[in-house]
Amino acid sequence: MSSQTPASPDQTPARPLVRFSKVTKRYGEHTVLDDLDLDVAAGEKVTIIGPSGSGKSTVLRILMTLETLTDGLIEIDGEPLWHERRGDQLKPASEAHLRKMRGQLGMVFQQFNLFPHMSVQRNLTEAPRQVLGLSRKEAQSRATELLERVGLADHANKYPGQLSGGQQQRVGIARALMMRPRVMLFDEPTSALDPELVGEVLHVIRTLADEHDLTVLMVTHEMSFARRFSDRVCFFDKGRIHEQGTPEQIFTDPREARTREFLRAVLEPDV
Amino acid sequence: MLFAIAWDASSSWSLAVSILPILLKGLWVTLQATVVGFLLAMAFGLVLAGLKSVPLKIVRWPAKLVSEFLRDTPLLVQLFFLYYVLPDYGLLLPAFMTGALALGLQYSAYMSEVYRGGLEAVGSGQREAARALNLTPVRTFTHIVLPQAVPRIIPASGNYLVSIMKDVPVLSVVTVLELFGVARIIGDRTFNYLVPLSMVGALYLILTILAAWAVRTLDQRLPKHGIALR
Repeated sequence: MSSQTPASPDQTPARPLVRFSKVTKRYGEHTVLDDLDLDVAAGEKVTIIGPSGSGKSTVLRILMTLETLTDGLIEIDGEPLWHERRGDQLKPASEAHLRKMRGQLGMVFQQFNLFPHMSVQRNLTEAPRQVLGLSRKEAQSRATELLERVGLADHANKYPGQLSGGQQQRVGIARALMMRPRVMLFDEPTSALDPELVGEVLHVIRTLADEHDLTVLMVTHEMSFARRFSDRVCFFDKGRIHEQGTPEQIFTDPREARTREFLRAVLEPDV
Repeated sequence: MLFAIAWDASSSWSLAVSILPILLKGLWVTLQATVVGFLLAMAFGLVLAGLKSVPLKIVRWPAKLVSEFLRDTPLLVQLFFLYYVLPDYGLLLPAFMTGALALGLQYSAYMSEVYRGGLEAVGSGQREAARALNLTPVRTFTHIVLPQAVPRIIPASGNYLVSIMKDVPVLSVVTVLELFGVARIIGDRTFNYLVPLSMVGALYLILTILAAWAVRTLDQRLPKHGIALR
């Protein structure tokens, strides 16, 4: 079998920013995540690849607290996400604790999930004003700055329906960054896009991740992007990390037969 | 004489003209019953929809049972029940209020489904995005879900408003003098049912055409993606 241990804890003296310890997720009989261990260091860019149904997106959804976990522990900077320490014991987290922890995470969705009845500007400023308590002026200047960074400065007053898919996803990225999260989660951010729009979104992700030194956990099918962008690539299969390593190693010299099979199917489809 | 108004039965036309004022008074009652019934249906319906979406089975199931019961029993039976049984328990309402209450209760079951459909049509992605941004559940409901649900709720509600209007004649059996009740009494007194009932039909036709037009116009003017928030 494959390496179930995190990359190499001894080489990273600082504690990981995100740590999954023996995380299991079941829907009835079906096991989506099976005893998963995964560490992400601060500033690290980790890409998750793998066949559909391998539990890739579930990792992000549980981390974003959109879904509960069945068993195991997730920690962000050493603090349990789904649990609260009371004395020596770990109790299920209260909503207040979840809110606090969630504030450290930002998520970009496959289907963008912009609010269609709000202008681009309002999409960006709604949560910072309501949740972070920013003034209108502060929120707007932050929005203007980020819209410039994603190349949409002229579109602040448009509605999502008036934008292309690529533009919408760039708004989605800006919206998540408005909250200044420590970790950004990208759930197949380009899968719903027309092929010619994929590049602009990936470019924005790459630029912003570099500039802000973001910690990134991304699920993607864009193999060449994963190869150029990531510090580490995790190949998921059957709810576990089947193999992980540097992009170089995974894409040029995969050790596991299952990884080779998957990469061959994705990179050189038999037609 | 009828309600202090004389009628002229010399010809159908003169009869029609002479009973028009009293029919319009009945029409006014019909409209009032429609509006009050509809407002009650909207309020009760919202409560029912809320209860039916509570995760606790002990709350959800009784709410579903009540909703099913209200939809699957005849309005006439519910109305008789309210009118003749409630007073035995000390609750004596005027006939008009009893009638409006019966309409409101029956249609609250339909309205609860309208609300539920409108709210469920707002995709789970919207709620997930709001959660990821740490918006509170209340803020998510009032500013994300509701503005997108309302444009879906309004057209269906309009159709039920028309349905309620067409059910108001049932109230005549508990002595509410709405349009149809008035027409029937005129028929009883003049032995001419053709003219008053035809006029009831014509007035209803005008009202429903107007209402359908209003609903359609409203529907076309509603924003497709929810009520814009600035």
